[in-house]
Amino acid sequence: MAQRSIREYEGKRIFHNDWRRHFGQFLYAFQAASVASGDELRALASGDTHDWLNQVPLVVKPDMVFGRRGLNGLVFHKINTPGDVTLDDAARWIDEKRAETTTLLSGQSGILSRFIVEPFLDHDSTTEYYIAAVMGDATDTLSMSVKGGIDIEENWDHVRQVEIPPTVTADELTAMIAAAVPDDVADRDRFTLFATDFYRFFRDQHFTYLEINPFCLDGDQVYLLDLVAKVDDTAGFLMDKRWGPLYFPTPFGMKAPGPEEKQIRTMDEKSGASLKLTILNPQGRVWTLVAGGGASVVYADTIADLIGVDELANYGEYSGNPTTRETRVYTETLLDLMTRNPDPQAREKLLIIGGAIANFTDVAKTFTGIIQALRQYRDKMKTIGVRLYVRRGGPNYEVGLRNMQKAGNELGLPIEVYGPETHMTDIVRLALSA
Amino acid sequence: MIINKQSAEAGTIDAAFAGGVLFRRDTQAIFWNNHQTAVQRMLDYDTLIGRDLPSVAAIVSATGSSRFGKFFFGSSEILIPIYKSSAEAVAEHTGADVLLNFASFRRAYRITDEALGIPGIRTIMITAEGIPERHARALKLRAGELGKLIIGPATVGAITPGAFKIANTGGTIENIIASKLHRAGSCGLVTRSGGLFNELAHTIALNADGISEGVAIGGDRFAASGFVEHLLRMQANPAVKYLLMLGEVGGSEEYRVIEAVRDGRLSKPVIGWCIGTIASHFSTGVQFGHAGASANDDAEMANTKNEAMRAAGIHVPRSFNDLPEIINGVHSELHAEGIIGDITEPVVTSLPEDCQTALDSGRVRKRTHFTCTISDDRGEEATYAGYPISAVATPDTGFGICDVITLLWFKRRYPKWATDFLETVIKTVADHGPAVSGAHNARVTARAGKDIISALVTGLLTIGPRFGGAIDGAARYFKLGADQNMAADEFIDHMSERGVLIPGIGHRIKSKKNPDLRVEGLKHYAETHFPATPLLDYALQVERRTTRKKDNLILNVDGVVGVLMVDMWHGLGYAEEEIDRFIDSGTLNAFFVLGRSIGFIGHILDEKRLGMPMYRHPFNDILYDVPLKRDEP
Repeated sequence: MAQRSIREYEGKRIFHNDWRRHFGQFLYAFQAASVASGDELRALASGDTHDWLNQVPLVVKPDMVFGRRGLNGLVFHKINTPGDVTLDDAARWIDEKRAETTTLLSGQSGILSRFIVEPFLDHDSTTEYYIAAVMGDATDTLSMSVKGGIDIEENWDHVRQVEIPPTVTADELTAMIAAAVPDDVADRDRFTLFATDFYRFFRDQHFTYLEINPFCLDGDQVYLLDLVAKVDDTAGFLMDKRWGPLYFPTPFGMKAPGPEEKQIRTMDEKSGASLKLTILNPQGRVWTLVAGGGASVVYADTIADLIGVDELANYGEYSGNPTTRETRVYTETLLDLMTRNPDPQAREKLLIIGGAIANFTDVAKTFTGIIQALRQYRDKMKTIGVRLYVRRGGPNYEVGLRNMQKAGNELGLPIEVYGPETHMTDIVRLALSA
Repeated sequence: MIINKQSAEAGTIDAAFAGGVLFRRDTQAIFWNNHQTAVQRMLDYDTLIGRDLPSVAAIVSATGSSRFGKFFFGSSEILIPIYKSSAEAVAEHTGADVLLNFASFRRAYRITDEALGIPGIRTIMITAEGIPERHARALKLRAGELGKLIIGPATVGAITPGAFKIANTGGTIENIIASKLHRAGSCGLVTRSGGLFNELAHTIALNADGISEGVAIGGDRFAASGFVEHLLRMQANPAVKYLLMLGEVGGSEEYRVIEAVRDGRLSKPVIGWCIGTIASHFSTGVQFGHAGASANDDAEMANTKNEAMRAAGIHVPRSFNDLPEIINGVHSELHAEGIIGDITEPVVTSLPEDCQTALDSGRVRKRTHFTCTISDDRGEEATYAGYPISAVATPDTGFGICDVITLLWFKRRYPKWATDFLETVIKTVADHGPAVSGAHNARVTARAGKDIISALVTGLLTIGPRFGGAIDGAARYFKLGADQNMAADEFIDHMSERGVLIPGIGHRIKSKKNPDLRVEGLKHYAETHFPATPLLDYALQVERRTTRKKDNLILNVDGVVGVLMVDMWHGLGYAEEEIDRFIDSGTLNAFFVLGRSIGFIGHILDEKRLGMPMYRHPFNDILYDVPLKRDEP
């Protein structure tokens, strides 16, 4: 993968973990609770670690990696006046939200299932600052403003930006940021120091996007009110300790991965090969079992192009020379989903076993795994009616294709097998015109 | 033959890609990581195109201990030197200016960064997928500053047909020939995906005259060199007559190409297609294909990019399925105009086939030198008599150590009454104290400072006719007597006539009145659990006779184990000849060896733990009977 959104709670936890290393001149009290229900919140409050929940007014927000929570009316901080939310109120609000469908201004809708609860900060008297850093193609961009908060976009002309090249030295960095700090910042020195620390934190922790809007400076005390963050998950192996265990939530409103998708994901994480599976429409007629990250996209394109995206049941790929067992389990998972229900219009389902001409993946070996799975699901496939279309090239492809044809014949499954002389996506056309 | 270091004409970096040519027939690479298949594929390609100089000059392997790797170059074998670091390799092979970085994603950044600092290296290819984006970006920028070329990360590589190919690019030799990658064509091909690179090279060979040069830039977000850099280089290469770019949803690389077409920097005909049109059907969340393939806005959508390319005068098919037609069209037009000439197909140097490949495909057969009927380590998990190890290893499988022994020694799982008996035997023979000769020898050896294997083997080598051999003997002789229907008296006479003490009879201390509890336990177990114990019954008849002569001539523990083994095999349905074969091959002794090894190891560890000094036998325990001799003066 690459850039992944993380929860606000996790972002703040990472700040907290490494605070002293990066923000030595400042203080940050990490007081936050991440809960899924009112009961969970009450349970935390009755323990030793989160006693503050009983003592201060609270603010509650959904923590599901979508922004504009203020504009969406999803920041619960008052009943009558700001700062009068008690533990019971917070727990009740969470349970209310959990019980209904929420639709955002962007149109995404779903159930809110994860919340962040923090002390309410009465910050009328202090300035709401804005700071954000993003990783670009050649430079990082640091943005700063004294007019942060919910209206940041309306006040975008107050935002000052600085482009920071990766080769920047420590001295240059401080000078660049100092020069870019907005004029209307009250305590420039302190702000510059914090912004510099913030940028280094962003860079060294492999964030690709990090925004705090707003934050407040009160002497040495820093208040991080609202945070949005994305990390580069390929840096996970370097950041093990600093990030701690990170969970990457499914975007709000998107169907959470099913058990089958999770199973493949787990297998993928443990394997040197690549195994991906996304179910787009379990009722779809056309299923794809395609080798290769590029080829799998081309097959999906072609299917959507020829009969529309609604008929496409899944997107997925296997590549990087998976073992026979891995391809078998992958195929079984797919066939299991495919053969659960017959086509609503009683048509035959189509299984596209496709792929480009492999560079080094052993076609015969991966096909052995697929054939084992076909044997296993023969009866189910016959019951609902499945036609198979195969196209592949690469190391040992003749043996692989021959075995596939033989297996189809033996199992009595209608199968058509093609090699590299047939254009890669032609089998989609053939399958759909049959 | 050892490949000498090649001192090629060292060119400046500017001269490196003069004429836009990426690789030449004398280009040599340093291969980082001892990736034998990929190196061999490069050398096979060399043979195919008739290169005299291997395209791999050296290998870098930071961890391996070998100093040379053996590879085929044509039908003969060559040695390619292996170094610990890129710097060492480059110092020895100044002609090699390409580094093929096959390090894992954990190390690829460091290796590449280091190679950028080595003056002789001009081109680096990175295969690892999943290099942190910040690192990939840093490499891209630094390479740009230094005027060096990085291809990748996350790529299969690049090829200049007829000159040099990187690692697995183009796939198998058969595919290379089918895709005409062994000689230059006229298309310049640039893709992101490695699999589709191969596919398109094949398509271009079928529908036009093949490629002149091709690069897969890699699927990560930060490809260190992008579409436009390569296409501009190909524009400068007169051998390239038209260009084909296969883009992807996500990123804005394709717009830089469009710009170059619009401002005339790219004047050769360009065919373009962006894959991932499917992504526009899904608002969020589904990651199609590569890491870099994720659209942040409309402009990054494949459809939008395809439209923009079309508007700029790039040849854009209606879909991927129509690409062959477009390729054929552009090529035919250029051919008709005389821009592309006819190609005389070169004679392909046939490549000797690998023995293994020929075997796999069933074209040749080979005699084997060994046979194995008990275990198989060829699959993903080794098996014991057909059972995967994981199916017998943990307690929940219900298999005990004696189940494993019977699988490996007798190729079948014995019933519980038999495995319980075998376990009893092993436990019973495990140790008979430090004074017996085998244990003594093991201990003396351990005290001489030898390792556990030497000490154990010393103990085991003591086992023979006088020490530990009685089990075998008991089984053999009692079975002989029973098989020949000798009465107990007859058997005793038969043995004494031959002057053989009956093995398994007699004990130093134990007697009829003071029975050996180990023997009683085994007898009781067998009487309760064995289907029948005919040989034990026979041995007991013999014992009744011998104990009449002397009270301590009882059936001892070796004797009872020996005869019960035979009864066990009878109970399991083995034929007499099979049982005889077990006895002859020393199977009973094997149980003794196995069991007693436990005790020997215990004694050896005990000696080590106690740190006892070297043992020297005292003079006063040896009778010296060596008369003095004096030479007469």
